[in-house]
Amino acid sequence: MTSFRTLQPANSLTEKVVRFTFDGQRLEGLEGDTIASALLASDVSIVGRSFKYHRPRGLWGVGVEEPNAFVDVSGTRSLVNARATTEMLVDGMDVRSVNASPSAARDRHSFVDRFARFIPSAFYYKTFMWPNWHLFEPHIRKMAGLGVIDPIATYPQPADQINETCDLLVVGGGPAGLLSALIAARSGRSVVLCDDGLELGGSLLHHRAMIDGVDGFEWVRRCRQELHTLGAKVLTRTTAFGIYDHNLVGLNERRPVGADRLWRVRPSAVFLATGAIERPLPFANNDLPGIMSAEAGLAYLRRFGAAAGKRIVVATNNSMTKEVAEAFAPIADVREVDYRRGVRIVGAHGGSRVDAVELSNGSVIQADAVLVSGGFTPTIHLFCQARGKLKWDDKLLVFRAGEDVPNVSIIGAADANFGLGEVFESAGNALRKIGCEAPAMPRLEGHSSSFEIVETWPKPKMEGRVWIDLQHDVTTKDIELAARENFVSVEHLKRYTTLGMATDQGKTSNLAGLALMAELTGRTVPEVGTTTYRPPFTPVPFGSFAGARGGVLLNPPRRLVLENLHRDDGAHLREYGGWLRPAWYGDEAEERAVQREAMQARKSVALFDGSPLGKIEVMGPQAAEFMDFIYYNTMSTLKPGRCRYGFILRESGIVYDDGVLVRLEENRFIVSCSSSHVPGVYAMLEEWRQDRFDRRRLYIHNATAQTATLTVSGPRSKVLLDAVGLGISFDDASLPHMATGWGSFDGTQVRVTRVSFTGDRSYELSIRADRAEALWSRLKHIGQSHNAVLMGLEALMTLRAEKGFIVTGKDSDGMTLPMDLGSSAPLSKKKVDYLGKRSLFTEEAQRPDRTQLVGLEVIDGGGRFPTGAHGVLKTGSGKRSLGYVTSSYHSPTLGRPIALGLIERGAARHGEVIDVQHLGEMRQARIAPPCAFDPEGERLNA
Amino acid sequence: MQLFPCPFCGPRSEAEFHFGGDAGNVRPDEDEVSADRWSSYLYMRHNQKGMSPSIWMHMTCGELFQLDRDTLTHSVAGSKALTEGGHR
Ligand SMILES: [Zn+2]
Repeated sequence: MTSFRTLQPANSLTEKVVRFTFDGQRLEGLEGDTIASALLASDVSIVGRSFKYHRPRGLWGVGVEEPNAFVDVSGTRSLVNARATTEMLVDGMDVRSVNASPSAARDRHSFVDRFARFIPSAFYYKTFMWPNWHLFEPHIRKMAGLGVIDPIATYPQPADQINETCDLLVVGGGPAGLLSALIAARSGRSVVLCDDGLELGGSLLHHRAMIDGVDGFEWVRRCRQELHTLGAKVLTRTTAFGIYDHNLVGLNERRPVGADRLWRVRPSAVFLATGAIERPLPFANNDLPGIMSAEAGLAYLRRFGAAAGKRIVVATNNSMTKEVAEAFAPIADVREVDYRRGVRIVGAHGGSRVDAVELSNGSVIQADAVLVSGGFTPTIHLFCQARGKLKWDDKLLVFRAGEDVPNVSIIGAADANFGLGEVFESAGNALRKIGCEAPAMPRLEGHSSSFEIVETWPKPKMEGRVWIDLQHDVTTKDIELAARENFVSVEHLKRYTTLGMATDQGKTSNLAGLALMAELTGRTVPEVGTTTYRPPFTPVPFGSFAGARGGVLLNPPRRLVLENLHRDDGAHLREYGGWLRPAWYGDEAEERAVQREAMQARKSVALFDGSPLGKIEVMGPQAAEFMDFIYYNTMSTLKPGRCRYGFILRESGIVYDDGVLVRLEENRFIVSCSSSHVPGVYAMLEEWRQDRFDRRRLYIHNATAQTATLTVSGPRSKVLLDAVGLGISFDDASLPHMATGWGSFDGTQVRVTRVSFTGDRSYELSIRADRAEALWSRLKHIGQSHNAVLMGLEALMTLRAEKGFIVTGKDSDGMTLPMDLGSSAPLSKKKVDYLGKRSLFTEEAQRPDRTQLVGLEVIDGGGRFPTGAHGVLKTGSGKRSLGYVTSSYHSPTLGRPIALGLIERGAARHGEVIDVQHLGEMRQARIAPPCAFDPEGERLNA
Repeated sequence: MQLFPCPFCGPRSEAEFHFGGDAGNVRPDEDEVSADRWSSYLYMRHNQKGMSPSIWMHMTCGELFQLDRDTLTHSVAGSKALTEGGHR
């Protein structure tokens, strides 16, 4: 037995026994334990295996800095790669070490370490280059991975996400943070205090102090009580992982039950009281289990009554460890190695655990635990994320915060104040900066604040294997290799050796690594500099960021007002342009159903729900002038009650949308843009309205969502509508093709617009969305005696392709101009300026070899072309693309495949045969006009 | 997440806004616009470092406005409506 539970009082524990397993072994802890403290008290020395060499590793730290003790947890709640040092022990937990199999103590990959000298930095990249790194990668990753994700596990519930504002956010609940939060709250400020530990107190949980006449632990209790009384929000187990633009701070709260919780806090001021992290000391085999941070050793003893060993060496380069040696003296044999007196450890001995250390004076000390302190690194991550600059402190051997950042103060040990007096003083200074006048400072007794440290950076050519980064197995030799191979920039050093790239992000290792690089390259530490600090400070579960945005809420589709009716009619719903719409109806297979619907639509009449169609109203005396500017086509000549098809271009001349413009009245238009383009077109119209027109004489209203549009199309559409009776004449004289008028249905206005996307006689009925159900039901009812069919979007797509009608974005791309789609007249005729006009007269727009819209006929007897197949031209050196197939269907009307495509010089090449290639298969097509069916348009009036 | 001050709605999250380009990139309206002038209007951007005026649309109220913002520090100096007298 080495580490053990003492019988001394422990600050954080109760007497209740908690049962758990570690790598299958049944163990016991006490309520209040972390997983780590329970393992230490249970004498488990190997808690994990290192990432690369599978070296046995023990506990190093007591909090977020821990590089070794990563575990997967199941049994109670599922956690992957959790830090054993920050997870509270819960009864029934099954804890497994990561990167070890079957257990950390008996890992089958431990042999890897014997080959370590053959596996330096970048070994894998250098060795497995041929023939392809990706062949080897899965096996190497499997050996080097961390925790195992259960692929079918789901979060029990979505993570809460809470937005919060406050006057002051204090990050860190140690002495500096507690005092600041308390004084700010007393002054009436709204305060949020967060701490990533299980309880408030920071260093006061394990260091002795007398504050205001009570011991430190009691002072913490009183602060907590008063904060509660004052209404401050106190969040423990909560990590401030990132500080973003305009003072947004992200917090992740780990809750005992349920998913983590994300806080987005927007405070007026932030105090960073994030403390400091102890550094290791460099000596051979300094990674052996039993070698631990001195602060951690003290914390485990005082908070959890867990002693790291019975024969303890305290090795230090600074004055902070005095209390550690004193604390262990009553229960263990303690020996001190003080680097300040010129003696140091050159190496540790032991197999699966340290058993002795060898000193520079040649003596050997038997030991079962070595508590080391190589100084303290202030936790300045958030300060740097907030664009704070660092400065090097030659006396304290730290990077510390440089000039102030607006609204961000850094206090306590995070600002390199290592004595309690200075810590409180720094909090007082920050409080004065936010306007707390003369804050009352606590009274300290018997506290010396002088901090002394000597330099103990790793040196080149040290004997044995001296570990820098424990989690990623980076040794001094790896850093020397990087220097030899000229990866001397700190960012290159990081990526070449993976120093600081593990899940602990090098919290204990980065500074030692760059100090060695400084030595190797004859530079100072600040000349080498640090890598960039980026969020998150510690890993945050994806679930926290996702919040409720998962499953059906990930990207919620827009829903038709008639969705339930369509479902009752057996509709198969699919998403089209953000809307959930019927693709086809009934029980048949898709292909058969679509062919049947299209066929019946041509023969009799089809009912189609076109509600997502754009209905953007443009009103006012400037409306006609505005429409002329927006559209490629001249629209001001349109008569009231009439419609016109047209294109909307971007300023680059590229077709953005096509559709019908309805002129209801002299000063009132309706832009019927494509369903998926409504928000974009609306924003575009607003932009130009505000930019060029008089907003008092032009108004735009998007009425798409509150208006349903039901389409009746086919040779029998008029007969059907006559039978429905909407108080409007449907004959060709009163309502010719491309005309609009008002009818009514049960007292509700219906706008009837005769336009056609099928090529057949068609009527669009637009009605208030809440009255659409009754109208649709009536259409269906009357339709029964006219052989009407419910038509989904797939059949409509087939019908429009037969007619050569395009869908922008499908039959056009980011290069397509209106002339490429066969519309050239406005180019010569339209005199007034319009969007994109100048672009249509550029050299590029006038090139004769542009790709143009064509029909493509299958002439090789095969089936339909795959959409995306390329037209190709054989050239001297091979072949090149002539364009591609944009739409392809089987036409039930024509009984053959049809296709549309964008083909080079296509408009002038009708009748020519070209090769069509897809996935290695070569076929043939004849170029044809886009319209394959009823080219004269006789069916519009049939 | 930045906070942009809409002149009509006050400070709102940047996710509610849509970028509308550099302020002052005026559309050439004269009859004969040279190809250079037109392509400069379409494509040439200053990508200014430091305080830079830009046009944004607040998608929830639909208003365009000018935002003066430092592209380096992301600090916002202010915003103004593009019409005299604000909302009309
Ligand atoms: Zn607004």
